Amino acid sequence: MAMTVLKVALYILLAPILGGLMEGLDRVVSARMQGRQGPPLLQPFYDVYKLLAKQTTVVNSIQILFVIAYLIFTIFTGSLFFGGGDMLLVFFALSMSEVMMVLAAYSTNGPYSALGANRELLQMMCYEPMILLVAIGFYEVSGSFMVNDLIKVDSPAVFKIPGMLIGFLFILTIKFRKSPFDMSTSHHAHQEMVKGLTSDISGNNLAFYEIAEWYDQVLMMGIVAMFFICKNPVSIIVAIVACVIFYLMETLIDNVFPRVKYMAMLISSWVVILVAAGTNLLILSVLD
Amino acid sequence: MKISKSPWVLHYDGSSCNGCDIEVLATMTPLYDVERFGIINTGNPKHADILLLTGGINAQTAPVVRQLYNQMPDPKVVIACGICSCDGGIFKDCYNILGGSDKVVPVDVYVPGCAVRPEALIDGVVKALAILEEKRVKVKESMKQGYCTVDYSKIAVRMKAEDYDPATQYDAVLTEEALREQAEQKIAQTAKPAPKPATPAAAPAAKPAADAAATKEGGNA
Repeated sequence: MAMTVLKVALYILLAPILGGLMEGLDRVVSARMQGRQGPPLLQPFYDVYKLLAKQTTVVNSIQILFVIAYLIFTIFTGSLFFGGGDMLLVFFALSMSEVMMVLAAYSTNGPYSALGANRELLQMMCYEPMILLVAIGFYEVSGSFMVNDLIKVDSPAVFKIPGMLIGFLFILTIKFRKSPFDMSTSHHAHQEMVKGLTSDISGNNLAFYEIAEWYDQVLMMGIVAMFFICKNPVSIIVAIVACVIFYLMETLIDNVFPRVKYMAMLISSWVVILVAAGTNLLILSVLD
Repeated sequence: MKISKSPWVLHYDGSSCNGCDIEVLATMTPLYDVERFGIINTGNPKHADILLLTGGINAQTAPVVRQLYNQMPDPKVVIACGICSCDGGIFKDCYNILGGSDKVVPVDVYVPGCAVRPEALIDGVVKALAILEEKRVKVKESMKQGYCTVDYSKIAVRMKAEDYDPATQYDAVLTEEALREQAEQKIAQTAKPAPKPATPAAAPAAKPAADAAATKEGGNA
């Protein structure tokens, strides 16, 4: 019990620092890929500090509630995961937090926000099936939905469910709002619909949103790490290395691909999910 | 930590020949790379700290520029890029040109040039950052007095389309303090005459002194 509390406390304290550094690294590496010097590594922290110092304009006061609920639900989701909780509950809470952000965007009645919210719902439609399949895949490996049991398996989950990893990495691009699929909003400069989801969110609320994104990124990388972690403590190092490689791969994909239309996103993500994860699940159930 | 480490820029083309706009975008290229300073070209006034204006202001863009300025959260600075934006330039005598950007919004930094050089532009932005920092301190002080935290949200809620007077659209410069006074008047008019007596009476006395300095500063950079 004390161990769980410690893990959750560590997540709540360290995740924003780690998430901010990850985003800073992403921006520096992106800049180097484009032949630029790029911002300092701590730039995301400067951004959030500035946003906290700015005046907050609010279009509809319920928007504050939804943005804070998004932050709280994201932290709750991550705490469940890193505390060793139920994988299914983690993913349901994750969907809940996303819905809060969509509601925040809808509540402003702004045309760009509404468009961003519509697209965010489309994105959720693309990645939700995969997220559920990941939970089922982990169940096939360890016979339990609990994260605590999952990290005590004999051999890494990736040996049994490599297709799930491929599918999950594919939707990670959508989840991180990286370039081929950065339809609802983007971490980068402006696009055809301004900032989409966050168009009407400013000051403190935008800072909370950014912090929630950091928590979310760390959670997502945690799920990637789950594919590699087993009883053997060496596997933790392997998992960290894998996370770094996959994260940099996302940055590369972000810089290489242009944004696609929503149909292309929907079709490609569902095809990848069906082929990679679906086939994997089929083989597993045939073998058992 | 200073907030000027992360200035987000909103760029608007008043009625420019596009020369300055190309130079503004040139600062984003690997050669000049303004992201070194944390500068991001955001298309959203609600996220922006710096308003970059290019080209003179004409009758159609005047309300747009003013609206963009009003949508930006405090603290904010305005940079006029290029000679047209500074005072109208070669288009000054055109029938539709009102003049430079300072006809419609308070400008903090003037960066002349035709077209403005990217180096000069970056220098102007760096100058603007110092002003941004000063304004930030002032906003912090005013927030302690409790008048800056409420007024803009109240404007958004209470101002209607018919409150906008087209007669005063072009000749009056709507400064920050004028906006605040308008907002407070509107709040006072619409507020129910219930428990609270006229408390804002103390605040308006203090603010013109604090903010007059903010808008007049950095005249000729």
